[in-house]
Amino acid sequence: MELLRFTTAGSVDDGKSTLIGRLLYDSKSIFEDQLEAIKRASIRRGNEHVDLALLTDGLRAEREQGITIDVAYRYFATPKRKFIIADTPGHIQYTRNMVTGASTANAAIILIDARNGVTEQTCRHTYIASLLRIPHIIVCINKMDLVNFDESVYNRIKEDYQKFIITLQLRDVSFVPISALLGDNVVELSNNTPWYNGGSLLHVLENVEIGGDHNLTDARFPVQYVIRPLSDEYHDYRGYAGRVAGGVFAPGDDVISLPSGRESKIKSIDLYQSSIDEAFPPQSVTLTLTDDIDLSRGDMLVKPDNLPEVTQEFDVMMCWMSEKPMIASTKYALKHTTNEVKCLIKAVKYKINVNTLAHIEDSKIGLNDIARVTIKTTKPVFIDPYSKNRRTGALIIIDEATNNTVGVGMVI
Amino acid sequence: MKSRGYLTHLEELEYESIYVIREVAAQFERPVLLFSGGKDSIVMTHLAVKAFWPARLPFPLLHIDTGHNFIETLEYRDNLIEKIGATLYVGSVQESIDKGRVVEESGYNASRNILQTTTLLDTIEKYKFDAAMGGGRRDEEKARAKERFFSHRDEFGQWDPKNQRPELWNIFNGRKNPGEHFRVFPISNWTEMDVWQYIMKEEIELPSLYFTHQREVFKRDGQWLAKATFMKLKPDEKYELKTVRCRTIGDITCTGLTLSSANSIEDIIDEIAATRVTERGGRADDLRSEAAMEDRKKEGYF
Repeated sequence: MELLRFTTAGSVDDGKSTLIGRLLYDSKSIFEDQLEAIKRASIRRGNEHVDLALLTDGLRAEREQGITIDVAYRYFATPKRKFIIADTPGHIQYTRNMVTGASTANAAIILIDARNGVTEQTCRHTYIASLLRIPHIIVCINKMDLVNFDESVYNRIKEDYQKFIITLQLRDVSFVPISALLGDNVVELSNNTPWYNGGSLLHVLENVEIGGDHNLTDARFPVQYVIRPLSDEYHDYRGYAGRVAGGVFAPGDDVISLPSGRESKIKSIDLYQSSIDEAFPPQSVTLTLTDDIDLSRGDMLVKPDNLPEVTQEFDVMMCWMSEKPMIASTKYALKHTTNEVKCLIKAVKYKINVNTLAHIEDSKIGLNDIARVTIKTTKPVFIDPYSKNRRTGALIIIDEATNNTVGVGMVI
Repeated sequence: MKSRGYLTHLEELEYESIYVIREVAAQFERPVLLFSGGKDSIVMTHLAVKAFWPARLPFPLLHIDTGHNFIETLEYRDNLIEKIGATLYVGSVQESIDKGRVVEESGYNASRNILQTTTLLDTIEKYKFDAAMGGGRRDEEKARAKERFFSHRDEFGQWDPKNQRPELWNIFNGRKNPGEHFRVFPISNWTEMDVWQYIMKEEIELPSLYFTHQREVFKRDGQWLAKATFMKLKPDEKYELKTVRCRTIGDITCTGLTLSSANSIEDIIDEIAATRVTERGGRADDLRSEAAMEDRKKEGYF
């Protein structure tokens, strides 16, 4: 059984909670006591129907206001796959939450209300999915029941959407006409859409090809922790623990360590009481080397014929996560893989209007803004473009005064 | 043969959890692993052992002891500690009561569950632990669904759900001011079923309480609770001998038992696949109010 992580973005009334509720309910992931609890709450609130949205609103403030504020993670499984949903609010003021949910997703569900077609919100959600390089986009054209399951409505929205995404680099986009409320094409194919040749949403989720989502070409191993047992049995053991961030490593491979530039060979790849023949992302393993080259956390092992960029100045697309605006030429801490350095924002190139994708000349960057900026670091970092590797192309910015994560960047 | 790059969901979850546990060891000076004797903390300990092999755990285990334990839990705990060569710290709720830090609840439904929070925070402060790893899972309860892997706690040990740090990719920000600490949840993304499937795959030994056995129990508010010297029966309640097992293990006073003849991990997995009630549905502590878990978590509960 494989694991698929997907994100859903949606605003009030577009049927997101209903859709999630239906996926959970139809896959038998909602239990009787949970259903009882939301029935009790629905009656108390004077709602006419059982409000499935109550299932997905976790915090008291959210239940009181009837909205989703934070990213909530939900789980369901079919015999074929286990699914993790990052359920995020869709309103523009929660752009940072959408970005958060998108960061770990293999797939994104974009909901379009069939009555309204492609809107600013569709544009924003799709842009965020493309910015965070979610490999698979599933466009659900929802509320088909309210347009009489009309094929021409579906086709028109599909064409509009395809026109709009020409400028975005999306690899894999599929379309499903659904009614989340009535269940059409969510789990089972509907009799109301005989003109639709694709699978149900669940079928698409179960069959999206995710094997190629990791970069298996460019070998990257950020050293996370050094294991030195200092026991009698393993007296000289020195293992470099970490998670493979790209490519494939095997015993005998030549490796070079960054930033020192020292070379060695992989002696073994250890996994609890045994060794394995190769390691690929996202495996957590322990590498031992044939030479003692003194590596520590923050260093990176790569192959001599395939190096990341080693640099102290580079551009990123930055999403600002803090209510405190970004301040140029202030020192921030920067975390990238297991490495931590200090940095400052040297320049803002442009800001993006996330509803129209227009570039705006504006150097003031506040909460939820997305902008292209130039970063300068105090020490070299070992980076790849985010489009090539979602692990070695990602970084976070921390305000040293509050220790808060205030910005996130994707290397260009 | 599996193609390169293919991982099962259990492998992927395991690699993620090991990564998180190693991050804790790397980012904090005095981390600790919270061990309750329940299956989630047992799995977490197993993952930690795997993460640092062939070295021993670079952090101790901490058991918050309510004094109302199943004897099987304590035996299991002590055997495990010896087997993996780890250090165990115990924070005693009885001691917190004796010192007057907390007041014992009275009445039929008296439980030391809430009192644990004070003992936990006192113990964290006493030993200056700066990160406490817990076996909490996001699928357990709705307030947990929004919990981060690295969850920041202020100097009073409190959680502010509205002011959580953004957590993207697998980059964890464990920076803090002196006196503050973190709660870290390495198995956040596991479900109850994942935990059981993993226990089966890894052949992890469990306390006998999880399997079917005969026990004297009584029924209260629709739940079967175990007979114990510190539990008072109401006039209309009586002990009955039943064939039961625990679906979760906590303090005896709030651990509901399931009528079950499940004798093996396979039986348990079948039983869970067919069941229609969440595992916390058997926890009296969660039934107290709609936001019971959120409130306890804000105060500093596990």
